[in-house]
Amino acid sequence: MNKFERIDGLVAPLDRANVDTDLIIPKQFLKSIKRTGFGVNLFDELRYLDEGQPGQDCSNRPLNPDFVLNQPRYQGARVLLARRNFGCGSSREHAPWALEDFGFRVVIAPSFADIFYNNAFKNGLLLVTLPEETVDELFREVEANEGYRLDVDLENQRLITPSGEILEFEVDPFRKHCLLEGLDDIGITLQDEDAIRAFEEKHRAARPWLFRDSAQA
Amino acid sequence: MAGQTLYDKLWSQHLVKARDDGTALIYIDRQLLHEVTSPQAFEGLRLAGRRPWRLDANLATPDHNVPTTLKERAEGNAGIKDPVSLIQVQTLDDNCNEFGIEEFRINDPRQGIVHVVGPEQGATLPGMTVVCGDSHTATHGAFAALAHGIGTSEVEHVLATQCLLAQKMKNMQVRVEGQLGTGVTAKDIVLAIIGRIGTAGGTGYAIEFAGSAIRELSMEGRMTVCNMAIEAGARVGLIAVDDTTIDYLKGRHYAPSGEQWEAAVADWRQLVSDDDARFDKVVTLDAAEIEPQVSWGTSPEMVTGIGGEVPDPAEATDETVQRSYTRALEYMGLAPKQKITDIRLDKVFIGSCTNSRIEDLREAAKVARGKKVADSIKLAMVVPGSGLVKRQAEAEGLDKVFIEAGFEWREPGCSMCLAMNADKLGAGEHCASTSNRNFEGRQGYGGRTHLVSPAMAAAAAIAGHFVDVRRLDAQPAVQEA
Ligand code: SF4
Repeated sequence: MNKFERIDGLVAPLDRANVDTDLIIPKQFLKSIKRTGFGVNLFDELRYLDEGQPGQDCSNRPLNPDFVLNQPRYQGARVLLARRNFGCGSSREHAPWALEDFGFRVVIAPSFADIFYNNAFKNGLLLVTLPEETVDELFREVEANEGYRLDVDLENQRLITPSGEILEFEVDPFRKHCLLEGLDDIGITLQDEDAIRAFEEKHRAARPWLFRDSAQA
Repeated sequence: MAGQTLYDKLWSQHLVKARDDGTALIYIDRQLLHEVTSPQAFEGLRLAGRRPWRLDANLATPDHNVPTTLKERAEGNAGIKDPVSLIQVQTLDDNCNEFGIEEFRINDPRQGIVHVVGPEQGATLPGMTVVCGDSHTATHGAFAALAHGIGTSEVEHVLATQCLLAQKMKNMQVRVEGQLGTGVTAKDIVLAIIGRIGTAGGTGYAIEFAGSAIRELSMEGRMTVCNMAIEAGARVGLIAVDDTTIDYLKGRHYAPSGEQWEAAVADWRQLVSDDDARFDKVVTLDAAEIEPQVSWGTSPEMVTGIGGEVPDPAEATDETVQRSYTRALEYMGLAPKQKITDIRLDKVFIGSCTNSRIEDLREAAKVARGKKVADSIKLAMVVPGSGLVKRQAEAEGLDKVFIEAGFEWREPGCSMCLAMNADKLGAGEHCASTSNRNFEGRQGYGGRTHLVSPAMAAAAAIAGHFVDVRRLDAQPAVQEA
């Protein structure tokens, strides 16, 4: 995982509640056995006017001119501003993979679905939860001001608006640490290998039926 | 000191280590694997030179991409016509082979949807932690197992360490008390719950379903309820152990036997919330008030009773809600205040990890027996959840009931629940579906999904539009829930 560096990013607004993972990346693209290349199909059904197929060249597909990410003013956006319950639905990690592959490093919303929340952080995508009123205000600002950017400072847990206003946010210390250092969870967990083995032995003694290799014939 | 909830007990029984920062390492007893969310995890293991921590904790089966016609299935993997799907299924086979993980392959009679296969084999046991790279892993909570969906990075993490990094959730109890009406089923209970608390109502919580109406449900019904905890925003749904749980497990392939069975049962009996346990939130529903449910929109919370109508967005008080209702009606091609019974259907799908178990098929067959699917229905299909469910249904003659009524009788898999294989809706088609998600495009590009119970789906197939299953002439068909 790459380290999360402080970014000053263009903000794109996606004004819609309950954006589900089927919408973020439709199922036909989950057939890939790779982790990369999902960006061209991010929000596929909203972004294009035709039905997308995996492996297809998307450069000639008809774009939906009404979809916000197709508008010239939002090209190159790195921060996605969204509504409540973003990322609900399936556990597909392809959703954060697609957002990142497209170029987003940060999503801001009043709330996120649990599994998506986990998946995003494990892939270096920062999710910022802000109160509903603050998000409303940001939507107004972004729509009113072309080229609206936010300075995202994870180290100090704050966003800085173009006018210099500071918006603080919460993030749990472990996730923050992993993001800033670009750490791999598995490596960290394996430092506790002895604790896991000790637990496992105790667990097996107490409930042998949970281990198929110690089940009675 | 207050007592413990069922969730608290399961959590503390699996806690390897609590960290100062609030995260914890919990031990995982069972991981179920399927072809869609595992390839990148195995690849990660390979790249890091790691091996699975414990082979016997894992069980795999392909389900999302498998075709469901007999002809294709007779050819095994070669019957998968989409080359990209084929690679994915083949990759699961190769990975299981390489790492030594047990897999029920495409033509194994035990193959099926992971969430049907696990419990059926006794691979899901009370008191376990169960994970799968699939959000409907919540299903297994019906056995008082702490079960939740995880992402692919976490699949790799569990393979490599037998542990998961987790944070303790809050406790919610949803009580459903009283007697369900005739023809009202587990599916209607869970849809009504989602309609009440919303798709984010359970976010951050483990939901325990309790109350007399839940206790009355069979294991199949309980799995249906827990399955859709995720549609209420909760990763975990739970139901306490009782005789129904224990009776279901006896004699299952991976369930303990002999003396171990006795010890296990004694242990499982503890898997209930203490009387004085404290829940952070309690929601109560009156079972008698629940009607058969039909979803009208593009989120599972957009649901109402069969006697109801499509809402008028203009009447919504919240602006965000108003916008999403307007958008949903446009996508669904429905008018404000349109009666639910006036919604005409093109296709009917009975299947998915929510409703493809033997009891679901029995309920649907009772309604379909001796009737004919309406001429206006282009396709009505029944897709059993596993090869063993299919065999059981055939032994009971249910396949004949369906076929004679004009349904197609298919081979097991996820099928049109998410349309990763060839089973899909066309643009604009309305489908009565026993699955769990009515998201835009879920069952096919432009497709319009209405979530219902198996009995309601069968009744809709026969009428060509939604009807109240309680008012059908052949009433005795749907007596018990
Ligand atoms: S049946 Fe549907 S919801 Fe269930 S695992 Fe398969 S695709 Fe997912």
